[in-house]
Amino acid sequence: MMKPGCKGRRALVIFICVNLRSFADNSFLRMTNFLSDRIYRDPRIARIAFVALGALLLVLPFLVEAGLGRTWVRILDFAMLYVMLALGLNIVVGYAGLLDLGYVAFYAVGAYFYAILASPQFGLHLPWWALLPTGAGIACLFGVMLGAPTLRLRGDYLAIVTLGFGEIIRIFLNNLNAPVNVTNGPQGINMIDPVTLGGAALTRPMDLFGLTISGAHAHYYLFLGLTLLVVFIAFRLQDSRIGRAWAAIREDEVAAEAMGINTRNVKLLAFAMGATFGGLGGGLFAAFQGFVSPESFTLMESIMILCMVVLGGMGHIPGVILGALLVTMLPELLRYIGPLQQELIGHVVVDPSDLRMLLFGIGLVVVMLFRPQGLWPSPVRARELKPDNPDQVHQEQEALYDAER
Amino acid sequence: MSGPTELLLEVRGLAVHYGGIRAVKGLDLEVREGEVVCLIGANGAGKTTTLRALAGLAPSTGSIRYAGSEIAALPVHRRARLGIALVPEGRGIFPRLTVAENLDMGAYTRNDRVGISEDLERVYGLFPRLKERQAQTGGTLSGGEQQMLAIARALMGRPRLLLLDEPSMGLAPLAVEKIFETIRLIAAQGMTLLLVEQNARLALAASRRGYVLEGGRIVHQDQAPALLASPRVRAAYLGA
Repeated sequence: MMKPGCKGRRALVIFICVNLRSFADNSFLRMTNFLSDRIYRDPRIARIAFVALGALLLVLPFLVEAGLGRTWVRILDFAMLYVMLALGLNIVVGYAGLLDLGYVAFYAVGAYFYAILASPQFGLHLPWWALLPTGAGIACLFGVMLGAPTLRLRGDYLAIVTLGFGEIIRIFLNNLNAPVNVTNGPQGINMIDPVTLGGAALTRPMDLFGLTISGAHAHYYLFLGLTLLVVFIAFRLQDSRIGRAWAAIREDEVAAEAMGINTRNVKLLAFAMGATFGGLGGGLFAAFQGFVSPESFTLMESIMILCMVVLGGMGHIPGVILGALLVTMLPELLRYIGPLQQELIGHVVVDPSDLRMLLFGIGLVVVMLFRPQGLWPSPVRARELKPDNPDQVHQEQEALYDAER
Repeated sequence: MSGPTELLLEVRGLAVHYGGIRAVKGLDLEVREGEVVCLIGANGAGKTTTLRALAGLAPSTGSIRYAGSEIAALPVHRRARLGIALVPEGRGIFPRLTVAENLDMGAYTRNDRVGISEDLERVYGLFPRLKERQAQTGGTLSGGEQQMLAIARALMGRPRLLLLDEPSMGLAPLAVEKIFETIRLIAAQGMTLLLVEQNARLALAASRRGYVLEGGRIVHQDQAPALLASPRVRAAYLGA
């Protein structure tokens, strides 16, 4: 038997939860809608916003270094790298609706391609400007290699096969040190050539107009430039004929075929394009780190990239960027829990390394509970996952009314 | 211009197997340019399978000649590009795209912008309801409106042969009437139609000729009025 009052309290809790949820949903949605509406409608506001954003991006590493230290500039670099990866995976998962759990394989292919051809491993030191694009191209081929046998698979089955593909690549890298030592096995490849600019390695501090630019700063600008390029390509793809074909396939593959879309080629193209971005990211990673090993390309990495896409808002470029930034930076921010405890309580009660992944996980669960469409979803996805929004209910009621008429 | 007597579709010995089950067991049929032909029959007679095989969605054996060339080996999208448009059973619209986006997808294979916008006006003329709802997502439409959208989307590809699979399925009587009204209108404008329908009376009333399918075979074929009058057909499919 329930105690009197218990029922009431439970009802209250449920009431609060439901209201909190709808409040969170509506206010977020309204805010993002309002912002994007203003920006899209008023070209002046859009221009000012773009200039401000550009200026902010230019001085960001200096601000971050002043405020948080050099480590955070590196974190920023990695965040940028993950933005590229997430946008690549977004093509496969968000645009074409093909669930790929082995995306990190392309990242690995790009990274190892660069590492093998620009390190003491074979004594080869090919130039970075040749290796980065060819690495992306090789990854693209791997994308087609993965895509071709999986064309008939959908949903869970596709996810399983892609997961296996990712693992196969990692295991290959781990074991390809015998009979011929290609990848140097679990030890990985060290002393990889950095990106150079006019003969100077980008990893070394440079003096520019009396300003000392550290390696992290220089890479920030390199990554920023390439990220902008990737964002641009992603936008162009989305609005292209191919983008429309991807959307159609995502919605209904049979109907898409009946519209005259060559679903085989279009799906292969999604895999290839996604893999290309992954390969580019991999090459940059190898050059930036100077070291690659199979450990960097585990299933967990694939899942993190998928998290970025889903958390931010599948198929929506601004959302995916937001997701990538959050997922790379939040775990780093949560490292401060240790010092924070020291400050507040005087000693560390819970080890931050135990806590931060837990908090991060809780964060993901909460987001998925309250905003399954992602933090910043595209209008289409928002429609899809929030059928209870007032607009749609209205539409449906009207449709029902019309049907009776 | 091709006359109304020209053969557009000529099917010989079409057979479809699903695993070990033979759903269609060698049927012959033909559709002439500008003609409305219907396939009627009971549940499981192979009507939908036949239509899917013609569109390339079901693997089949036998010969399918369309506009003078053999297309039996072509994949779905190639047949679509040749002008064979299937409006599938259950409509197959893109539920999360808007009505306008759905129609746009129908014209995917075309590049002539002027022609596309003309055709858009034409289908909006045929289905004013779709124009009212062009910014709404396909999934929020009523069943009848979804059927309209599916037909309109197929028309956006400027097909030569429209394959309609059970356009009346799951619709309210009023909506069915409306859909068939439009089908007659499209046919009057010269479209060639192959129609699969369980509602035999409605289908025959809209068609010139009809085939009666039973157990994957054609058991009867005639002019539509003759089929409507035939005692056997009346007893089996018209419930009279």
